[in-house]
Amino acid sequence: MNLLVPKFLKPSLYIAIILLGVLAPWYFYPIFLMKILCFALFAAAFNLLLGYTGLLSFGHAAFFGGSGYAAGFFMRNAGLSPELGIILATCFAICLGAAMGGLAIRRQGIYFSMITLALAQMFYFICLQAPITGGEDGFQGIPRGSLFGLIDLSNDLNLYYFVLLVVLFGFLLIARIVASPFGQVLKAIKENEPRAVSLGYDVNQFKFLVFVLSAALAGLAGSVQALVLGFETLSDVHWSMSGLVILMTLVGGVGTLIGPLIGALVIVVLEQRVGEIGNFLAKISSVQWFNSLGESVTIVTGLIFILCVMLFRKGLVGYFVKQK
Amino acid sequence: MEIFGLSTSALLSQLLLGLVNGSFYAILSLGLAVIFGLLNVINFSHGAMFMLGAIVTWMAGQYFGLNYWVMLLLSPLVVGAIGVVIERLLLRHLYQLDHLYGLLLTFGLTLFIEGILRSIYGSSGLPFSTPEQLTGATDLGFMMLPNYRAWVVFASLSVCFITWYVIEKTKLGSYLRAGTENPKLVQAFGINFPLMMTLTYAFGVGLAAFSGVLAAPIIQISPLMGSNLIIVVFAVVVIGGMGSILGSILTGLGLGLIEGLTKVFYPEASNTVVFAIMAIVLLFRPAGLFGREK
Repeated sequence: MNLLVPKFLKPSLYIAIILLGVLAPWYFYPIFLMKILCFALFAAAFNLLLGYTGLLSFGHAAFFGGSGYAAGFFMRNAGLSPELGIILATCFAICLGAAMGGLAIRRQGIYFSMITLALAQMFYFICLQAPITGGEDGFQGIPRGSLFGLIDLSNDLNLYYFVLLVVLFGFLLIARIVASPFGQVLKAIKENEPRAVSLGYDVNQFKFLVFVLSAALAGLAGSVQALVLGFETLSDVHWSMSGLVILMTLVGGVGTLIGPLIGALVIVVLEQRVGEIGNFLAKISSVQWFNSLGESVTIVTGLIFILCVMLFRKGLVGYFVKQK
Repeated sequence: MEIFGLSTSALLSQLLLGLVNGSFYAILSLGLAVIFGLLNVINFSHGAMFMLGAIVTWMAGQYFGLNYWVMLLLSPLVVGAIGVVIERLLLRHLYQLDHLYGLLLTFGLTLFIEGILRSIYGSSGLPFSTPEQLTGATDLGFMMLPNYRAWVVFASLSVCFITWYVIEKTKLGSYLRAGTENPKLVQAFGINFPLMMTLTYAFGVGLAAFSGVLAAPIIQISPLMGSNLIIVVFAVVVIGGMGSILGSILTGLGLGLIEGLTKVFYPEASNTVVFAIMAIVLLFRPAGLFGREK
């Protein structure tokens, strides 16, 4: 199946990436790596909608942050084990995805994006006001616990390999979905929706299902991130997070399997380093303003957005790997 | 006199507040609809342009000593000029592509503009005082009418009416409507369509800036004031549909009023009521109240 990666690269490339993933925590700070992995899964889940079905959701933060809160609730307040917490939080994302998706697919194109954005904003306000989320203070103190009662997750390395496995599972699932007959119908919808309808496909049913799947995977990413960081904040349900995941996908390459991974890596590292880059620019150009770059990361993310849309619509992966 | 245990004057003043918000929704959704009609672009940066309208007014007062009334005219022109640059430099190159790219570009622009202004002014509010001619309130007998709020509603409705009149009743408007229906044909008749697109975009963001100036004395001016508003306006646009100009205006005002009423009776839901209404409308009238699918 064509996953937009040339054949000769295929197995060796993926094995190399997985090997890198296995070795990375010995060289880099594991928490930072886990954050990248969670965002990679989040972006891949989003890409399932935008890249393979042509639906631009502007509300994916609701699933990411929402299931983060849900995971926190199940693990801290209900005292469940991490694996149960993550599964239940993913179920929460499925329910939320079914509700939002059911409404959003009633309109096409640009309206779909506006509706998902508006519904996610509604969810944001609910999170802001509901006492359970801790409002502006965030949801603190999510315990890591131990996996199946056997593996102690408070050890960063144990946690890292668990996260790596979960994310790998997510990516394999997405690859499987895209390559399946179901995925082919999604592609047909993306290319030409009226034609897919005239071929007899119940397009709305397909859209609904892929929306829920994408929500579930985004929720999986969010709940794992909550487990890793031990807290959940409002910024994860805010519209800027929905924008960030769009940017990651766009930078990496829309409609490619590893694009979201690369995009997440680039954007998370960039967000981390932008302050230092600003200080450096201030030093060499002696413009004091650059020092404030760290506090207003959106200047940089906005600029990358504009550049990607104007010049690099295929993203890094699309740019370096010629498509068939 | 009391209704549901509330004094009439308290209720009426909340309704007026709702009407003020509603008139912002109306102008903003009107601009969005006009731009979308001709350019097929959903202008996410509409909120940023609203904010620019307010902040340019503040800057002009601060650095050049220009007063509110001058800026009411000047600020939309400045922001309109920025709109011309954006359209010529960036948006123009995306018309051939999927509509989504227009949304993404204007989203990126919003982040960029907000980020720059935030790095200069921070995110706390900048003070701006009501012009002295409009301070105070008028006693109507049954309620105190704050002069400035009344002015906002009056000015917004006038601008909405003028826009409606120009688009529906004048020759210029007929070009615009024809362009919305069939751009190729309009061009074949020798009308400079690219110029028309530029001016339409400039006009739309100019409208947003105008309401930004109106909002300056009553909403805290901050670089982030536009982005939450624009999401509500998106919901308004989904509810009303973008097919009709009068529809956009009525939906905007109506939702403002409903929001005002919610603030009185169930304040917890006042942030979410517009979105909830959107969900209900989607269930029963997916194309929107005044909409026709484009």
